[in-house]
Order: sequence, then structure tokens, then C-alpha cells
Amino acid sequence: MTNVSGRGVGMDVVRTNIEQIGGAIGLESKAGAGTTFSIKIPLTLAIVAALIVEASGQRFAVPQISVLELVRASSSSEHRIEHIDQTPVLRLRDRLLPLLHLGNLLQLTDETVSTDMDSFIVVTQVGAHTFGIVVDEVFDTEEIVVKPVAPLLRDLAVFSGNTILSDGSVVMILDPNGLATEIGAARVNQEAAAQGRDQNRDKSVGDLVSLLVFDAGDGIRKAAPLSLEARLEEMATADIETADGRLLAQYRNSLMPLTPIYPELDLHARARRPIVVFNDGPRWAGLIVDEIIDIVEQPLTAEIRGAMPGVLGAVIIDGQSTELIDTAHYLTRLHSDWFSAGATKAPSNNSILVVDDSPFFRHLLSPLLQQAGYAVTAVESAERALDLKASGAEFDLIVSDIEMPGMDGFSFTEAIKASSEWGHIPLIALSGNQTEGRMERGRDSGFIDYVGKTDREALLVSLSNTLEAAGGRS
Amino acid sequence: MSGGLQMAMPTGDIVAPVTRQSFVTATIAGQRIGIPISEVQDVLNKQTIHRIPLSPPAIVGALNLRGRIVTAIDLRQCLGLAPLEAVDSAMSIVIEHENELYSLLVDAIGDVETPPAHLFERPPATLSASWRAMCSGVFRLESALLLTLETAGLLTAAGETPSR
Repeated sequence: MTNVSGRGVGMDVVRTNIEQIGGAIGLESKAGAGTTFSIKIPLTLAIVAALIVEASGQRFAVPQISVLELVRASSSSEHRIEHIDQTPVLRLRDRLLPLLHLGNLLQLTDETVSTDMDSFIVVTQVGAHTFGIVVDEVFDTEEIVVKPVAPLLRDLAVFSGNTILSDGSVVMILDPNGLATEIGAARVNQEAAAQGRDQNRDKSVGDLVSLLVFDAGDGIRKAAPLSLEARLEEMATADIETADGRLLAQYRNSLMPLTPIYPELDLHARARRPIVVFNDGPRWAGLIVDEIIDIVEQPLTAEIRGAMPGVLGAVIIDGQSTELIDTAHYLTRLHSDWFSAGATKAPSNNSILVVDDSPFFRHLLSPLLQQAGYAVTAVESAERALDLKASGAEFDLIVSDIEMPGMDGFSFTEAIKASSEWGHIPLIALSGNQTEGRMERGRDSGFIDYVGKTDREALLVSLSNTLEAAGGRS
Repeated sequence: MSGGLQMAMPTGDIVAPVTRQSFVTATIAGQRIGIPISEVQDVLNKQTIHRIPLSPPAIVGALNLRGRIVTAIDLRQCLGLAPLEAVDSAMSIVIEHENELYSLLVDAIGDVETPPAHLFERPPATLSASWRAMCSGVFRLESALLLTLETAGLLTAAGETPSR
């Protein structure tokens, strides 16, 4: 076999592809009886329900999570597209909905939206801003696997990825965030958000977080932030062995320590158990649960602080109170150096100030940063942070949320940068939505870096880089 | 599986000496080019290419190769030539670069060639900058000059083609 030979490609391609996504393929042949193929594929977290639409003869996928409703517009029905100086709008119940024509936006056609033609409007919500996407045709919904776009196309903000449909064709996945930016809605959006903030000042601004909802075996619904999980697996309990007082299983050619979240779980009551598998470099760790219930996306406001170790607090999911699990607690129990191995240990106990209005994120970040060797002070608002400044506190670095009630992250940074006491302290922004425009705004106001809220690794790397740079200068 | 054209190694000695590299050759606007065989994944005949709106013009779309998404690139436009006309019926060479697959559309596919190393030369200094960025060298073959392409430079060029 050489690298140009054509033989043996078939099954090898299948195997490589399946292994690439963490699955396995088994083949069993019996002479005269046939062959059994068993394909095991992990439940990928990147599967989303999407609405397939068509504009100017080309199909696109719209993530269903951002679709509010579908409206059919035609000149004869009550919904018809009207224009204010070329700008299409739609009267929808008691509101005027701004529209964007997908074909025009993507430069697929130069024709302006014709009012006589039947078209479909996908009513989409991004943050507080609602707009309609005009498309020619709406097909079915499909469960799609989101694949990242090639690096050459990363600059196209209107697409969040691409996918292969069941008929084999490649379609681009529209990113409503990017579309909104494209039509300049980002600005409107911010204004609207600011208005909303004034109206309910004491409500925490909700960042949408994906949560894995499961039952650990004690009958209490539990949830864990999904962005921290590697994958969901199912394992035969017979394969889980006890050694050195720990539960171990062979996984991907290495030994993976496991722990049940509910300590009294009768592991062998079932032949197979779902396992939430975490990965950090070459190391794996698994949490054994009783049943995976759902994956939900909702704003997190864990108002009640957890009393037990391993519990961050309680949240309401689907009308039921749910325990929010601190996965870090379990992972550090399995690998004592889980969060610190990748990032360089902070040499001299650098002190960090964390500013975030959401108690959930404060509770999530503080232990993480402490594990990595930093001294952490967490406050719930920019105003509180400024109080600390007034009282003469000193920090090596500030990590601040952007969306906060009262003074937001941008104004906070500007205030810090203008002050004589804290003007030299580097700031890192934390945010739920990282769009290009916001990052620019963040840099303008004085943030050194911009990190996604749930991206622990990026935060640790950014922290150590920033501190190193600051140390090098002084 | 799909319409993948399978390449056969020239019969005879399979193990090439270390100093000799094999190239998949192709023709673009009369110019013979070669891509190191170690970077080539597949050679495809015509494929359904799904366009990507707003992309740089040299990126003509995406195609599905056995469940993987491949970005199709018009080599002519990378080299500053007029766009390929029959995009959907063009043959292409699939290369892998940093775990991503790209299919390079060409006018015609040639043989796999293993030119002797002493025929190799650096690209001439007078070659235009856009070509030199993509070209790693030239083989003075008897029949024609064979230009060897450098994938990284080529992909950078594809992303930077000016919009129409």
C-alpha cells in the first residue's frame, strides 16, 4: 500500500471518520449468515435543530433556537410587505417588524423585494431585537451537525458554520447574531437592552447557558453547564473496575477515573450507565449519572447558593427546581491538578478582582482561579469594585463582565483606566456574546483581552499571558 | 463511494529515492503545475459545488466528500487569471492543510510525475509577486516547465482575492 494506491479506502474511511468523532465501529462476519456492523457514535453536543430555508435558489439552515415564528406574506393576505424608503417592513400584530431580504443581503440577487410575490418571513430574535428574514421557501426542520467553516471563511460573520444535509448537500448555517450585525441591528439591540435594563434594574441580565439536565440517582434533578463537557458516553457497568479504592474504566487507550455524582448510586443496578466524559489534554475523567434527561438553554440566575460541596446552587429549569452541579469539584477529586496542569501555575499568588453580576459565574470562576493559584476577590457590580478602589485595595488584574445592571463593563473600564490608583491594572473582559463590534468597543475602552464566559481554558491562558506581559514591563 | 477518481502509481519501482519527490500534475491556462503527492488526498472529477455567498471570489463553494466538507478553490483566480468557466464540471485535486480539506479546481489533470531532483530550480526572481507567493520552485522538464505549488501560500492567496 502506498499513499497513492486506491485499495482499501472504503471501510478505512468509515472507520477514520467514526473515530474522529469519538465513535467506534465493529464488524462481525459469520460464514453463510451475513455480517453485522455495529456503529457506536457519541451523542455530539454540536447537534442542533435547524430550519432549512431557501433564498434565490440556495438553501440555508437557521438554528431553530433563534426562530420565533414563521409568517407567510403575500399581497392578498393580511400580512404583506410594505416599504418605507426601500426598507421593507411587516405589520405583525401590534408591531412593525424590520425585514431583511436574505437574497439581497447575501448578494445572491439584485432584485428588490417584490411585494406581489409570496414569500416567507422567519421572525428571528437576537437579544432584545426582533427582525424578520425574508426567504423564498421554507422546508422542513432537520437535526444538523454543526461543522466549523474553513479558516479561509472565518471572517464571514453571517455564517456560524456549515453542515451536510441528509440529501448530501452542503449548506451554510446562518448566524442570526451576524445577520443582525450586518444590518446594523447591533446598535439598536444595545439601545433596546439598555432600555430593558432601566426597566428591571435589579434583575440580573441573563446570559444564555446550555445546561445538561440529568438525574444522578437520588431523584433530584441536576444540571451542569454544557460548555464544560467533552461528550456523553454510555458504558457497560461490567467494564468499570475498582482499583486503589477508585473506579476506573478503559477509555480511548487510557485509564479513566470515574466517580458517581450521587455517592450511594448502585452502579451495577443497570447493565449500562450514561457517563459524562471530560477531557483535558491526555487525561480523561468521567462522572457517572443515572439518566440524562435533556439539554436546555436558558439564562442562569442561581440565586440560592449551594450549601453542600459540589453544588453551585439551585435553578429553575422547565418549572422544576434543579441542583446546579459544580463539575470542577468532581474533576479535581479525580485529578487533583485538573485545572492547573494546562495553564502555568501563577508563580507569586497574583491577586485578581472578578466583577460579575451573576452569582453563578462568580461561583464558577472563583474556585477555578484559586485552583490555578490566584488570590481571588469577587464582587457583584462595578460600583462595588469602585468602592474597593476607594478603600485602597490593590490587584494585579481585573476580570470584568460586560453586561451588568447599573454601570456596564465598558464604562467601568473607562473609569478604571482614567483613575490614578488603578489605571495601570490590566483588564480582561468576560462576555456571553463575542461579536466583532463588541470586541472592538472593548479594546477601545481599555480591555486587553476578550474571553467567552464559559471558556475556562482561554481565560486561564489569557490571565497568565497578561500577567506575564505586565510583569515583563515593570 | 463518491466520484473519486482513483490514482494508480506508475508500475515498477514504488519506493522513490529520498531526494525525488512525486507530484500530482495538472494544467491551468496552459501552465503545468505540480502538487506534492504527500499533500494530495484525492483527485475528483466533476462534483456538485454549493456556493458560499459573500466569500472571496476564488472560493467557489463547498462540496461534500464522503461526509467531510471540502472548500473548493479556483486556482485560476488565485493566480490572478480569469475565473474558471465551467466550475461544476471541473476536475480538482483535494489537499489537506491543517486538518481542513480544500479542492483545487484545475483545467485538466495530468499524471503523477517524479522528476529528477537536479532539474529543480527556485522560482525565477522576475516572476510576479502573486505567483511567487504560491510557487515553491520549477522543474525544467523536457516537455514543459513544471511549476510546483506551495499550499500555504496558495490558501492565503485564495482568501485575499479582491471581491468582484
